[in-house]
Amino acid sequence: MVQYLVRRLLWAGVLFLAVTIVTYVIFFLVPANPARLAAGQAATPERVALVEERLGLNDPIYEQYWGFLKRLVFDGSLGESFVDRSSVNDEIFRAAPITASLVFGAMILVLVISVPIGILSALRPRSVLDRVAMTYVLLGISLPSFWVALVLSYIFGFRLGWTPIAGYCEVVSVPQAANCGGFGDWAYHMVLPWLALAIVQAGIYVRFVRAEVMDTMTQDYVRTARAKGAPERKVMKDHILRNALLPVITILGMDIGLLLGGAIFIETVFGLNGLGGTAIRSIGQFDLPVLQGVVIFGAVAIILFTLIVDLLYAWVDPRIRLT
Amino acid sequence: MTALLDVRDLRTQFQTEDGFVKAVDGVDFTVESGKTIGIVGESGCGKSVTCLTIMGLNESRNTTSSGQVLFNGEDILGASGSRLRSLRGKEIAMIFQDPMTSLNPVHTVGRQLVETVLLHNDISKTEARGRAREALKEVGIPRAEQRVDDYPHQFSGGMRQRAMIAMAMINDPKLLIADEPTTALDVTTQAQILSLMQKLQEDHGTAIVMITHDLGVVAETAHEVVVMYAAKVVERGTVDAIFTAPQHPYTWGLLGSLPRLDAEIDRLAQIPGQPPSLLNPPRGCRFHPRCAYVMDVCKEKVPELMGVSHDADHEQACFLDEETKTREAARLFAATMAAGTSG
Repeated sequence: MVQYLVRRLLWAGVLFLAVTIVTYVIFFLVPANPARLAAGQAATPERVALVEERLGLNDPIYEQYWGFLKRLVFDGSLGESFVDRSSVNDEIFRAAPITASLVFGAMILVLVISVPIGILSALRPRSVLDRVAMTYVLLGISLPSFWVALVLSYIFGFRLGWTPIAGYCEVVSVPQAANCGGFGDWAYHMVLPWLALAIVQAGIYVRFVRAEVMDTMTQDYVRTARAKGAPERKVMKDHILRNALLPVITILGMDIGLLLGGAIFIETVFGLNGLGGTAIRSIGQFDLPVLQGVVIFGAVAIILFTLIVDLLYAWVDPRIRLT
Repeated sequence: MTALLDVRDLRTQFQTEDGFVKAVDGVDFTVESGKTIGIVGESGCGKSVTCLTIMGLNESRNTTSSGQVLFNGEDILGASGSRLRSLRGKEIAMIFQDPMTSLNPVHTVGRQLVETVLLHNDISKTEARGRAREALKEVGIPRAEQRVDDYPHQFSGGMRQRAMIAMAMINDPKLLIADEPTTALDVTTQAQILSLMQKLQEDHGTAIVMITHDLGVVAETAHEVVVMYAAKVVERGTVDAIFTAPQHPYTWGLLGSLPRLDAEIDRLAQIPGQPPSLLNPPRGCRFHPRCAYVMDVCKEKVPELMGVSHDADHEQACFLDEETKTREAARLFAATMAAGTSG
């Protein structure tokens, strides 16, 4: 177990290095000058040169990268923004809770929607419910998330006025200037973004749960359970679901990691200034340190959640031995 | 005395996209308390479906059954779900062909045994665990106290089948249905499992329905034999009668294809052709396209199960005259005996 963890963490380190190198290389392949952007439109060539010098852009890539890595490992610092010299750590810590609120809330909703519908569909294939569910799956897969977000925002936020159209409220440490805050306001503002993300994501999960449950239902051990005289509820709960939801956990963990890197469309539509917004801004401004910060955060999130999934998996499924 | 299990004119059909498949087509047999009946036949002849129908375990959505399944005189074919559940695992237990997949991989063996106990007995978990340990001991799992907490994948195939048997026998059922219990096991393990089942039968007085395509298994364990071909019973009798004086050409074929260590033959005899599709079975006798003794009448009329003149307990469904049958049976028997003495 410990050995497995150590191995996994080492591997995570390698992955982490690879991700940072790739982002660095891509960034320097783009034909743009961050110094010119940072210095402003009216900047003279001398001024741009000065900024270049300040930002260390004249050093070879590997030296810049080495500096970045040293700072990260020894100071735990992601560096400073090229644009306004602000701390990237602060920016990530500001934006991450917003994205996390969105992603975790939506994923809980995804499970709440998809597990019951998936099970019912699997129990009655080709029934009316199953057909409705499969149509929904198709819509969920095909509809762009920003479109769903806009429609929801228009209907519930603008027309009916049930929810805010956009914006975010802090749960804890509400700033003095803020006009809203606390759990109630937070949830009230998050309802639509959660729904929008969940509606789109849940489609695939319905399909997935349905397929897994149908597959598990035909297993010999399910027949054994029935032959023992177990009632259907118990067969479903103890024998089918436990086995069927294992693969679903895997995908869920990976999706959470992936979305934590920024659910860009949903964040943009609902004016949530999360990691997605941060990433877009930093790309537009060629602000490498900030972009690198978002990428690293996303990579760590994916690595972390894959690890959590693997540990969870081993706990649920005794056949997997972590050695 | 009424039989423990009396199956009368049992019919089961599945609705498929291509039409109705009559998987069981008018099957009758009885099982007496404490006795073993072997149901033999090729794959797909309806052996397993017969037993799943008795247990009420067919998929209800596309299956219809008719006839009677009298268990202790009670017709359980149309019984309610809750009545069937109270019988399953308590009065009638079943073990399956593949022990590798028949146990739930995510629960310990002990937990699965305890579940069976608690479903039918109002006792504490601790007591149930005690019974689970005892049951594992009884089927010969070494160090049962520790192994009870193992997961199925930590058991070998033979041990898993032992655990399945322990699970089936834990509530002391009156009837055990074994659906090819040894097919997935290697030969030495097969013999162990069969003798274990016989020992348990003696100790508990359980009746056993042994489904198999292996005549060796039947010869070793069964008191009576039912031979099925294409969803119908073609011959039925005591194990002695079936092996010494078989009356149906299909049974001759089955016996002729038995491998023998003591016979010097290059190739095993085989029944030519394939079993027919049950979607559209042949007219008349269903065996006629593969039968070496086929007559015109076989292609038109369906033979009924009829008693053999000199043995009232022996029934067969073939139009051949008894003289020919006796002669062929004797020849087959003599051939096997001759092979036995010459080897």
